[in-house]
Amino acid sequence: MRLLIIEDDRDAADYLAKAFREVGHVADLAADGEEGLAHALDGQYDVLIVDRMLPKLDGLSIIGTLRSKGVETPALILSALGQVDDRVKGLRAGGDDYLSKPYSFSELLARTEVLARRHGGREEMVYRVGDLELDRLSHRVTRADEEVVLQPREFRLLEYLMKHAGQVVTRTMLLENVWDYHFDPQTNVIDVHISRLRSKIDKGFAQPLLHTVRGAGYMIRDSK
Amino acid sequence: MTANDLVLARNSEVVEKQRSGQPLESSDAEHKRVAQSWLARKAAERTAALGKLLRTTAFKLTLVYLTVFALFAAFLLGYFAWNTRRLINEQIIETVDTEVQGLTDQYRQGGIRRLVFAIEARSRRPGSSLYLLTTAAGEGVAGNVGSLATGILDNPGWFETVYRRVDEQDASDHHALVRVDQLPGGFHLLVGRDLEERERLFDVVLSAGRWSVAIVVVLGLAGGFFVARRVLRRIDAMTETTRTIMQGDLHERLPVGGTGDELDRLAVNLNAMLERIEALMRGLKEVSDNIAHDLKTPLTRLRNRCEEALRAAQSETQYRRALESTIEESDALIRTFNALLMIARAESGQAHGDMTTFDAVEIVRGIGDLYEPLADEKGLSLKVEAQSGAWMRGNRELISQALANLVDNAIKYGASGAAEANGHPAEILLKATDRGDRILLSVADRGPGIAESDRGRVLERFVRLEQSRSEPGSGLGLSLASAIARLHGGELILEDNHPGLVSGLSLPRVAAPLPSASA
Repeated sequence: MRLLIIEDDRDAADYLAKAFREVGHVADLAADGEEGLAHALDGQYDVLIVDRMLPKLDGLSIIGTLRSKGVETPALILSALGQVDDRVKGLRAGGDDYLSKPYSFSELLARTEVLARRHGGREEMVYRVGDLELDRLSHRVTRADEEVVLQPREFRLLEYLMKHAGQVVTRTMLLENVWDYHFDPQTNVIDVHISRLRSKIDKGFAQPLLHTVRGAGYMIRDSK
Repeated sequence: MTANDLVLARNSEVVEKQRSGQPLESSDAEHKRVAQSWLARKAAERTAALGKLLRTTAFKLTLVYLTVFALFAAFLLGYFAWNTRRLINEQIIETVDTEVQGLTDQYRQGGIRRLVFAIEARSRRPGSSLYLLTTAAGEGVAGNVGSLATGILDNPGWFETVYRRVDEQDASDHHALVRVDQLPGGFHLLVGRDLEERERLFDVVLSAGRWSVAIVVVLGLAGGFFVARRVLRRIDAMTETTRTIMQGDLHERLPVGGTGDELDRLAVNLNAMLERIEALMRGLKEVSDNIAHDLKTPLTRLRNRCEEALRAAQSETQYRRALESTIEESDALIRTFNALLMIARAESGQAHGDMTTFDAVEIVRGIGDLYEPLADEKGLSLKVEAQSGAWMRGNRELISQALANLVDNAIKYGASGAAEANGHPAEILLKATDRGDRILLSVADRGPGIAESDRGRVLERFVRLEQSRSEPGSGLGLSLASAIARLHGGELILEDNHPGLVSGLSLPRVAAPLPSASA
């Protein structure tokens, strides 16, 4: 994955670039808005990571300019303003995801990878992971040809996990995409939902599919 | 007094002298120059004060009112004068007509002799009218008119003319209104009345009018000055107070005269505004105190832990553990910080974001759905009771968050152990109830509840009751829920569930949107 990080805080940018390189991605840096826009227009990137407040040209304007020129590279906005309305503003300006500072790198990594993949497009009607199948049209889920009965919410949870099969999905991502809440529930309610889902799809099978990624989130994957 | 104090005292004396314009040196020229500049300054001050007075709205209004009033008065007097004049004219005409009638009768009865006789007799009466009888050729036969403007007698009718009486010595002309008639036999008869009386009356009215207008203007101006000065004094007092307030003394309040006039109303409103500002400032101070205490404590802990690891850790595992706990602690800090920011924004009314009209039941179901597994895991049954049609307007996300906080609390404190202890099934009831023009989104648990005396206190930031200290949490959940409720024009209520606690958001209801949307 090729990334462009537009961030004026030198330390934060270096840290991010280093961390992304460690997990095998290519990361370029731009220290201000104008430079960032120029890079984003020239280079071929899979994802842009844009700080909201930048010298010379702010993050939202960069994304606005890119979109008006037909550049559809997915963009993730980083911002110190984490409030609900700021988020809405960011997404309206053409951003694809929004993460408020301070964030954990695992969260950023998971979201970036999902963004890069989303751009590739994975919109099949039937998702398959190992012997687990989810039919998005008939809302049927089977594991080893046996029907698994799920509540509507559990179905959407599994759907989201399977759509991003093989990728880490964080708790906040689940809360945002499955429940459409953008606040932080004080207790980790998501874990309980996951363990319920896990008991329905993994119980009694030698090969677990739904994995917990420590310190990051969850991943559905065929471990064979 | 120390030496320093003395120096200060002397300095202030010097400053005082400079300020009041007193000379520091006693040389004559210097004295004169300073005195002149002092006088000039005083004069300038006086002019400025006068200018200020003249610029006041009160004075301007008085001036406008005065002008209008004077115009009306002048108009009224003019109308009066004109009417008087008309009335006198009518009277003269009537008198003259009667006289002419009388004289004509005399002539008809007794011929020219009798007429002459009557005219002579009438002319001698004091305050008599004017009479003149001439032949067709214009020779005077009888009467008291000495001279006339030429040509008056040629045609019959009414004329205003100058004349002189026969017996008068002075050479001044008088004005008269006369009627000329042609008698059978070629005689001309002129009867008239002097107009002096009329002119005099007119003059009296005119001069009275002039004087009254002058007096009105003078008194009005004086009144204007008086009113303006009174108003100005109050405004000046207000300005003075506002200046003190602007310098940072928010306790100060504007003087209220107690007369209930517009200035009082303004002062009362401004005072209410100051009250609000002071409350906000107090809130801000509270927040900063909170931040100082409740963020510094975990920060200190964080720092100590790092220091401890640096000093004592020997293996990689120990370092790793220290780092992990550091991250955990900083995550908790971030959460607290976010909640504080959120509360501050909600309280200052800025956090509205996207306001939409929605059915509160969706929120109740959504939150119920999110928390049901967690409650279940803790041995609680979470039930949702809601009928659709609870329309309200607000930020869906914020209301959800507030309700989530309440449910989270209920799960924390209403845990099965606590409920069993007081002999009730361990359940949490999540409801949307109709309460007239309000919608109550409530969460009822069977936990230990909150004593009535503590209910006000728990809404404050960082307040955690004794029994809850062992539970994880920041002490901000209820504060945030309360701030969100107030942002939406509602309130957070805490009631007894006999036993347990009912916490709820009481929010204003709105009309259902168009049927197509609610279907």
